[in-house]
Amino acid sequence: MTSLLGDVDLPFKPLPPRVLEEYSGMLREALGFKRAIDEEGRVVDESLLPKLTNRELAEIYEYMVRARVLDGWLLKLQRMGKVALHAPNRGQEATAVGTAKPMKPHDWLFPSYRELGAYIVRGMSEEEILDRAMNTIDDPLKGSDFAIYGNRKYNIVPAPVPVGNQIPLATGAAIAAKILGHDTVVVAMFGDGASSRGDFHTGLNFAGVFKAPVVYVLQNNQWAISVPTKRQTAAPSFAVKALAYGVPGIRVDGNDVLAVYSIVSRAIERARRREGPTLVEAVTYRLGAHTTADDPSRYRREEEVKIAERYEPLRRYRKFLESQGVLTEKEALQLEEEWDSRVEEIVRKVLQKPGLPKDVFFENVYERPPWVLEEEKKEFEESLKIAEELGIELEE
Amino acid sequence: MPRVNMVQALNMALREEMRRDPRVVVLGEDVGRMGGVFLVTEGLIEEFGEERVIDTPLTEMGIVGVAIGMAMYGLRPVAEIQFIDFIYEAFDQIVNNAAWMRFRSAGMYKVPLVIRGPCCGGIRGGMHHSQSNEAYFIHTPGLYVVMPSRPYDAKGLLKESIRVDDAVIFLEPKSVYRTVREEVPEDDYTIPLGKGRVVREGDDVTLVTWGAMVYVAEKAAELAEKRRGWSVEIIDLRTLFPWDKDLVVSSLEKTGRLVIVHEAWKTLGPGAEISAYIAENHIDLLRGPVKRVASYDTPFPLVHEKLYMPNVARIYRALMEVMEW
Repeated sequence: MTSLLGDVDLPFKPLPPRVLEEYSGMLREALGFKRAIDEEGRVVDESLLPKLTNRELAEIYEYMVRARVLDGWLLKLQRMGKVALHAPNRGQEATAVGTAKPMKPHDWLFPSYRELGAYIVRGMSEEEILDRAMNTIDDPLKGSDFAIYGNRKYNIVPAPVPVGNQIPLATGAAIAAKILGHDTVVVAMFGDGASSRGDFHTGLNFAGVFKAPVVYVLQNNQWAISVPTKRQTAAPSFAVKALAYGVPGIRVDGNDVLAVYSIVSRAIERARRREGPTLVEAVTYRLGAHTTADDPSRYRREEEVKIAERYEPLRRYRKFLESQGVLTEKEALQLEEEWDSRVEEIVRKVLQKPGLPKDVFFENVYERPPWVLEEEKKEFEESLKIAEELGIELEE
Repeated sequence: MPRVNMVQALNMALREEMRRDPRVVVLGEDVGRMGGVFLVTEGLIEEFGEERVIDTPLTEMGIVGVAIGMAMYGLRPVAEIQFIDFIYEAFDQIVNNAAWMRFRSAGMYKVPLVIRGPCCGGIRGGMHHSQSNEAYFIHTPGLYVVMPSRPYDAKGLLKESIRVDDAVIFLEPKSVYRTVREEVPEDDYTIPLGKGRVVREGDDVTLVTWGAMVYVAEKAAELAEKRRGWSVEIIDLRTLFPWDKDLVVSSLEKTGRLVIVHEAWKTLGPGAEISAYIAENHIDLLRGPVKRVASYDTPFPLVHEKLYMPNVARIYRALMEVMEW
């Protein structure tokens, strides 16, 4: 039985000064801006430089390059009609890579649909991503939805298309890991638009109450299709929303891969020590369209995108690597060319692969298909025969 | 009379109603400066301003809940759900408030609200841009459910839905948005809810359908006529709750055979209700079993969607089954 008066506020009184102090500290982080290197790759905050070897620093750059090259190919393939839909990643590579890199293989990732860099860091190959995008026989998600990637092999849970509904799932998985005594940390990635959903609020609230070992990375790319962040929230930052749930929020330069790495890494360590959840707001910019079905010229000016290009993450990180003697510009460009021809080869291979079987959608609805689906599958097979007899092409 | 597509017809309906009644407002994701992802609300913000054409934060629960509050207070909101597949977050608001506010306030409050959005498959949209989930709303007492199949009906039905004093779920088959053009009058006309229309007359079998399936049914009917000489009467219900039982029954009096075609899942889909109603009340009219052609009871797939949804072969098969019974 709980103690009398231990759980309630009686008599009513102001909160103690230490709470106000703690919250003003949290407020400074939530309204601040963490950055390790500036747009020209110059170090501005030594404390945010991660302790990584030159090889690891170069590897991070390579991940970002791979994400950008693959993004370009997915766009191209969509225009060729080989991919149903693509959500361009350009400009957000630092957040994806910087978030996934400090994770351990057994940590779980609940991504959204703009995180190619994170999938690659966790081991998903270009071939697998292209199989998924082109729904070949090797599509690991068997033609279930577009622009979504996931595979249990890498502890990447397929994202939902309805924005943000993975947030409470991440909280729940984290609580489960805690109950089961695992040292797993769960990371959820989503955009600024998702913060308007009930899922965000209830996900963070549960995480705060149950001290879930989870890190939320909100990619504030400043546009939810045509809706700018100022229309999404009246709050000065997204990170500050966490404070209402007793969760620290930290605002970071999402185009600075080193800052993202350091801040997410600290949040993961905190979660692993079972000290509770963190919300990281990574401020970035969606340089491309929302998806290939979107035309951003309807709602934002080309000049704005040009300005945003100056802050894009690869260039500045390249400058940093150059200044540190890790990678020359020539080597960096070579890397891009190398990956481009490698991916071109993979594309060629994947284009040759057959598609998924016609009855694939009857799979994976239930563990044991009920009679309803068995009857329907019979009807399905008969209808294919009838189409053949009638000489009609059903999938034109 | 202008020849327009369904997107333009819907836009005409919204514009005319907003001009006619200052209480009509439009809200939803990207409906303002962008004009909606399918451009149904294009140009409205320029004419009516940000107060009446409202770009909202990203939450269906918020859009619908706020729209219900606006409707209770005296506005006549039209809330857009960007893709009807995203509506589930708003379910609590739709059932407990939009549908039931009149009942639970003993008629003191009403919710004159239209929740509209693109539905249904056929554009290779995958599981979250393709659903036909009308059955959830038909099942909920207190809601009207509407789905036009052509531009003329879309305009007349949307105008009527805005004027009705209860909540209307207005579903727009997006595969028809830009594929069908027809003459749509610029004057003020409405189409009453609950009235279907005969798309094609016939004597042998009644085919009841709605939305984009009207066009697939027409193809199947032509094929059946050409190959077998069967004469198929096609009824487009247009309103799914309440459905036009008089029109269906009068057709059955002629044909005695019934096939129902819909994109919604088969189990407890609208076809189940129509079939059960006919079996309960008009079994004497039937010369054979009622057949349903529906999407299979699996989530909507990205691949092979034309095999998954009702297609000409599946409808032809059902026609054979009732004609040869």
